[in-house]
Amino acid sequence: MGKILMIHPDKCTGCHNCELSCSMTHEGSFRNRAARVNVYTWEREGFSVPMMCQHCDNAPCVSVCTPGAMHRDAVTGWVLWDQAKCIGCKMCVQACPFGNAIYDSLTGKIFKCDYCNGNPECAVFCPNHALEWVEDTVSTRSRKKAYAAKFKEAFTEVGS
Amino acid sequence: MNGWIGKYLRVNLTMKKITTEVLDPRLARDYIGARGLGTRFMFDEVDPKVDPLSPENKLIFAPGPFSGTYAPSAGRYDVVTKGPLNGTIAASNSGGSFGPELKYAGYDMVILEGKAAKPVYLWIHNDTVEIRDAAHLWGKIVPDATDALRAETDEDAKVACIGPAGEKQVLFANIMNEMHRAAGRSGVGAVMGSKNLKAIAVVGTGAVTVADKDAFKAAVMKARKMIQAHPVGGTGLRVYGTDVLVNILNQIGALPTKNYQDGYFPTANNVGGESLTAKILERPKGCFSCIISCGRTSRVTNPKFAGRGEGPEYETAWAFGPDCGVDNLDAVTKANYYCNEYGMDTITMGSTVACAMELYEKGIIGLKETGGIPLDFGNAEAVVEMVRLTGAGEGFGKKLALGSYRLAESYGHPELSMTVKKQEMPAYDPRGVQGIGLNYATGNRGGCHVRGYTISPEVLGVPVKLDKDTTDGKAQLDITFQNLTAALDSSGACLFSTFGIGGDELASMLSSLTGIAYTTEEFMKCGDRIYNLEKLWNLKAGLSSKDDALPERLLKEPIKSGPSKGSVSKLPQMLPEYYQLRGWDKNGIPTDKKLKELNLAE
Repeated sequence: MGKILMIHPDKCTGCHNCELSCSMTHEGSFRNRAARVNVYTWEREGFSVPMMCQHCDNAPCVSVCTPGAMHRDAVTGWVLWDQAKCIGCKMCVQACPFGNAIYDSLTGKIFKCDYCNGNPECAVFCPNHALEWVEDTVSTRSRKKAYAAKFKEAFTEVGS
Repeated sequence: MNGWIGKYLRVNLTMKKITTEVLDPRLARDYIGARGLGTRFMFDEVDPKVDPLSPENKLIFAPGPFSGTYAPSAGRYDVVTKGPLNGTIAASNSGGSFGPELKYAGYDMVILEGKAAKPVYLWIHNDTVEIRDAAHLWGKIVPDATDALRAETDEDAKVACIGPAGEKQVLFANIMNEMHRAAGRSGVGAVMGSKNLKAIAVVGTGAVTVADKDAFKAAVMKARKMIQAHPVGGTGLRVYGTDVLVNILNQIGALPTKNYQDGYFPTANNVGGESLTAKILERPKGCFSCIISCGRTSRVTNPKFAGRGEGPEYETAWAFGPDCGVDNLDAVTKANYYCNEYGMDTITMGSTVACAMELYEKGIIGLKETGGIPLDFGNAEAVVEMVRLTGAGEGFGKKLALGSYRLAESYGHPELSMTVKKQEMPAYDPRGVQGIGLNYATGNRGGCHVRGYTISPEVLGVPVKLDKDTTDGKAQLDITFQNLTAALDSSGACLFSTFGIGGDELASMLSSLTGIAYTTEEFMKCGDRIYNLEKLWNLKAGLSSKDDALPERLLKEPIKSGPSKGSVSKLPQMLPEYYQLRGWDKNGIPTDKKLKELNLAE
């Protein structure tokens, strides 16, 4: 049984609690530019979207990493970054099509989600369930059920 | 320093001089930040008798120590200045991400002095700070100015700006950040306009540090749980927004109607939170670090009032709704959008239109004055048009731009202005809820509900239910709420976090964040100190106990209909006790003993 971090932009209110908890967990201070998750808000439409590493099965960041710093963990299957092996070439930053690997010159690190050893703080701190740490095969359950409820209502109305 | 950055920015717009100064840790400890710290600097640096729209006034943007951390619903900042509506010390509070971004850029405050020779904006990118030309932005409404500023600074810049109303120095112009969040009251936007300052755009990439990370996290988790478990903080505000209050206040007969001529509006539900949710809500919106999400992203499709934006909040729905005799949600929302775009306080705007409507109803003004627009109570189109005219500085809008006190006074009827200290009262009728009337009367910036929200216990039963109609114990209640709110505002927390937590939790979070051990008593004492300092400013500005008053209507004209029919405010029964419990003399002047106790003696 695997878990994924499910993003629900429709539930995001743009509060940035995910960034705050992420930067505190990884960097020990509130520095949102050091967060491994970033929230973008379109103010005119009032819509916000959190973005973070998707731990791709066929990950471009892993493919381009010559020293093997960016690697797939044998046990969990997550894409992780090993600082000890990193030569700072930033190829992973160039390769990620989503922009989810970031280089930080202040710390010399690659900022990329590591799932917090299996208990992602962003999901813990998200007050809106816009980020959910859920089992893979039921990851879309809340969305599916919301639509299923509409079917239910439609059929109940017809039936009665 | 932890929690605080430890430095602030001083910008003299006349001299084009920008300096970074070190924050005195003792001032930070005693005045916390935001409202408190800004007031201390105003008191020390500005003569309270200064013309608020002159270069001698200063304008301070100040987040609090919580801003930029994950303390729940605590990313706010205050704009502190001498307010142009009434000369009191104005601290106007706003959410969004602007305050935290200032901290990340490396500043606990930005102090603006003097006046630029021509329109400018301030661009802060960490320690690179520039005063830039804003000629091409002058005249732009808030969303357009925000987009234009991002295009020429940074696409993720946080922007606080004025709209055309601030430029024209409408006396209740506000400052908007991130398009929809407002430092709304007291006319702080007019002060910004008087300095020829269109906007502040900021990008910060730095950090806010914490003294004791584990203790802070534990205190934050506890506070979060308490807010999330609360029926108002955890559920009500998220589902319905603040507008849920329309029906609650109407049901007890304390919803001011038609310029406070009554306290009950039969069709109020049409502009209430339940209707808003069903008809125009797109989704809830949260400010920085917010776990409540009371903000409303909304959309009106009705072609007559079409638009998109945020709101309305309760006070707005009331001001353009029942107070103007209007029950059209689309119109109320459109009036709200105009206020956000032109940059105006919705409470004063709505209440000023309501005052004009009563002047019209009584035949004191006519079509000649209004430019041919019939200002009958209930005329929704007229309300929306009056807002647009005020924002654009056209026609009768030029008169409305002065607020209801100056408007009514100019026609010889100041008694028809529903103001305290010339600032419009919000949406809770003091005849139906006694404690809130005392809070309005003693409010340091005039008519205002967010300086001592006794509605919580008197109406909502938070933390305990009190009898709304009694005057017993209301003096002490007001003082406790005013002191708590002064400390809370100064910390960067949102008032709505008190729907779940109180002084204990705020003091505990502040202690672990800053490393300074605040007991609950010391935290409350900071609030007491800040409140008294604001009072000292007002006294020096020329205000006196005769300004601690309500409009005579509320003492003499009973509510005409609904559940509170027959009620009047009993303010005179509460005020002397309030002064005494405050440690003030019978003229409302803080005693030497009180000032010594608060380390405020000069």
